[in-house]
Amino acid sequence: MRQPVDLAAVRGRYPQHFARFGRQHLVAVLAGVAAFVVLVFGMVQLDFFSGKLLSGGERLLDILGLMLPPDPGSWPHVRTFAVALLETIAIAFLGTLAAAVLALPVSLLAARNVIAARVVRFLSRRSFDTIRSVDILVWALIWVNVVGLGPFAGALAIMTADIGSFGKLFSEAIEAADRKPVEGIVSTGGSHLFAIRFGILPEVFPMLASQVLYYFESNVRSASIIGIVGAGGIGLHLAEAIRTLELQQTSFIIVMILIAVALIDFVSGQLRFAVIGRRATT
Amino acid sequence: MAVASRTAEVSLTRFIDNIDRFPSYIIRLFQLESGQPVWTDVAEWFWGLPRWLRLLGETLLMAYVGTLLGAVGGFGLAFLAAANVGPNRWLRFFVRRFCELCRTVPLLVFALVFVIAFGLGPLGGVLAVAIHTVGALGKLFAEAVENIDMKPVEGVASTGAPWHVAMRYGALPQVTSNFVSYSLLRFEINVRESAVMGFVGAGGIGQDLIEAIRKFYYSDVSAILVLILVTVAIIDTITSRIRHYLIGLEEGR
Repeated sequence: MRQPVDLAAVRGRYPQHFARFGRQHLVAVLAGVAAFVVLVFGMVQLDFFSGKLLSGGERLLDILGLMLPPDPGSWPHVRTFAVALLETIAIAFLGTLAAAVLALPVSLLAARNVIAARVVRFLSRRSFDTIRSVDILVWALIWVNVVGLGPFAGALAIMTADIGSFGKLFSEAIEAADRKPVEGIVSTGGSHLFAIRFGILPEVFPMLASQVLYYFESNVRSASIIGIVGAGGIGLHLAEAIRTLELQQTSFIIVMILIAVALIDFVSGQLRFAVIGRRATT
Repeated sequence: MAVASRTAEVSLTRFIDNIDRFPSYIIRLFQLESGQPVWTDVAEWFWGLPRWLRLLGETLLMAYVGTLLGAVGGFGLAFLAAANVGPNRWLRFFVRRFCELCRTVPLLVFALVFVIAFGLGPLGGVLAVAIHTVGALGKLFAEAVENIDMKPVEGVASTGAPWHVAMRYGALPQVTSNFVSYSLLRFEINVRESAVMGFVGAGGIGQDLIEAIRKFYYSDVSAILVLILVTVAIIDTITSRIRHYLIGLEEGR
């Protein structure tokens, strides 16, 4: 048997659950409406309703159909793409390594427990922020202007962009390091430099290494697109295949990139685990 | 490393020969055509301000619309992809692979293909941002859903409610704040990404930026870069404010 519910009594006991239009509720509704209005305005501005969406959608389906199955065209193409892919990985590798080597000393400047001077810390942090906010493609374009077209400009672009990220991450890792080893070394009369070398570095090294590996993974992805602006790697071939409508080659290159990225993620994931794991046992 | 250096055509001699051009290029960026430093004549430096602001607005709109559409898509897919509430194993498998594909293919590649399909202009860029966001947020949202407490869901389901009702009243209240804060983070990223969409003709400020770099309009490059940096900084501040406000709401409850 179902009991009749005395709604009025329940309403009296929990007024806040029945008050439909509290102030917060009103704010939430207004925010939602505002968000929706901006969305519609944006969609109108960005040509969503000009019929382009439908015709373009049809063409997109055609393009996707033409992409299948992935087909490089001929064996020489496969060789070219494979070399370009290796070049991409080399760009990412060199760029990440150079950035890590260069960022380490600079990140010491930004760490609170190493440099006491606030001005130095502030300046180095702001410059890391600025470097990081400029997109890697922009760095690539700038380096192309400086050292010319080719993969070298790409490696330099990745290096520059990563110095910003590594500087921030490294200095945070260094700040989180335990004080005690440093105090121990200083108490034996060791210099400031010794304290950094033997007190801080051994402690933060595994963390830095795993961050560097993580960025290597993400840089392989970035390196595969900087070719679009002429900085080497497989991006050049990819952009060209898309622009000349060699759609089966396009999908072949994309599949190659996906496989390479998956492989590298797997290997570096294992390495990262090994680095962190070793730290736990010692 | 030696192999990598060979493959990447690293030539130290070329590097040393040209390295002095990097600082001089950067310095040149901050000089007007007359050779004066840019801050001596700000009006001349930012001569294209109205046009650039309009393009910057377009960039922000692209990021906004792309993020919102992507978040809606990711929202729908997340419940299908989560291991604990997903209705069907095969569906879950396909949704997960789809999300992976969407976020692993670089954004610019989507943009290049969409520009061919939809023509030059921001439409292709927005859709590229949206697709990429579906992939990225779909995964994050699904992980958030996998971490919920299952008891409310079971409670609702035990009353005989269908799946979508169980999701609405059992799962959704636990993940809303996570979803919003992930979407805001994604919005920050998408603003940066939208700024370079123009490099491949997909709308936004990138178009003017690449033109200025390619044609060596030095002071324009620095002016546009400064505008982008300022915009990104403002957006980051606002979104982090909103995030902290939402976290505060959560804890106050």
